Amino acid sequence: MYLAKIHVNYKRSILNPEAQAVQTALLRLGYQDVTSVQLGKYFELKLTGSQSKEQAAKEVDEICDRLLANVNMESYHYQLEELAVAE
Amino acid sequence: MKFAVVAFPGSNCEMDLVYAIEDVVKEQAELVPSTATDLSDYSAVLLPGGFSYGDYLRSGAIAQLAPIMSAVKRFAAAGKPVLGICNGFQILTEARLLPGSLQRNQQSKFICKLADLVVTNNQTMFTTDYQTQQTIQLPIAHGDGNYYCDPTTLAELRKNNQIIFTYQNNPNGSVADIAGISNRQGNVLGMMPHPERAVEAILGSTSGRELFSSLVNSVRKRGLIHE
Repeated sequence: MYLAKIHVNYKRSILNPEAQAVQTALLRLGYQDVTSVQLGKYFELKLTGSQSKEQAAKEVDEICDRLLANVNMESYHYQLEELAVAE
Repeated sequence: MKFAVVAFPGSNCEMDLVYAIEDVVKEQAELVPSTATDLSDYSAVLLPGGFSYGDYLRSGAIAQLAPIMSAVKRFAAAGKPVLGICNGFQILTEARLLPGSLQRNQQSKFICKLADLVVTNNQTMFTTDYQTQQTIQLPIAHGDGNYYCDPTTLAELRKNNQIIFTYQNNPNGSVADIAGISNRQGNVLGMMPHPERAVEAILGSTSGRELFSSLVNSVRKRGLIHE
C-alpha cells in the first residue's frame, strides 16, 4: 500500500491572484521580506492496489493528468511512501 | 425543434435558458438531468451557467465526468450544436471539447455587469443573425472567466476563425480579449457572457435573442432537426 502526497500548483506563467492577495496581506502585517507566495492544492491518496512503487507512480500520474490537475495551467509533483498494509 | 438543457447539481441558469427558448424563441426546451445518458431526442444541447458541484477542485472539473457528458461528446462528434454558457463553457474546456481553460479573474473578484462584445465571426451556427464586427451587449457574471490558452493554441484559434466573441473592454484578463470560442468544426461554442439573460428589453438588452434565433435557423437549414 502506498501513500501519495500530491501538490498541484499553477504554472509560473499563470497569474495567481489568490497568492498575490495573500502576499499583499502579509505586507500589511509588516512582513516586508516575503517577496513571493505560491499557493496551490495538496492531496493525500492511499493506493491499496499497487504492487510496486513504479505501478503506484503510473497510477498517480494518470490520476493527476485526468482529474487533479488541469495541465493547461497547472503542474503537479508528488512523493510516494510505502505504508504498512494494516494502516 | 427541441433543446436539451442539462442541469447539473449546482447549475443555476437552467430555467433562464428554458424561459428564453420557450417563451421568447418559441421552441421546445426540456431539462435533462446530468445522470441521463441519451440525447438522441434533441436538436441542440445547452450547458447552463452556475456552480456545478460547488466548483469543487476547479470550475467544471467534476461536472465533465457526469454520465451525461459521454452523450454530449457523442452529440458534438456527430456535428450537432452544443452551447456552453459560463459554467457550461468551463465544463466544455474541462471535457476538452474546447481548447484552453478559464482561470480566476485577473482582479480576483466576481464580476457581474453588462459587457460590450464584438461578434468576430458571424459564420457559425450560433451567430448567423448577427453582423460581423457588430457590437452587442450581454451580461457577464463570473469569478473564473479569465480565458487562458498557450500561444500555439491562440494562433490555431485565430487561423481557424474560432474566436467568436471578444470583449470591447477586457473585464477579466482573458487572452486576446476572448469572450467566446468554438471548436474547429464550429458546432461547439463556449462563452462566458449570458445570452439567455438578454432576451427582453426589460432585462437591459435583447442582444441574446439573435444567438438563439441563429441556432434555430441553422439547425433547420442544415437538416439537423430531430422533431
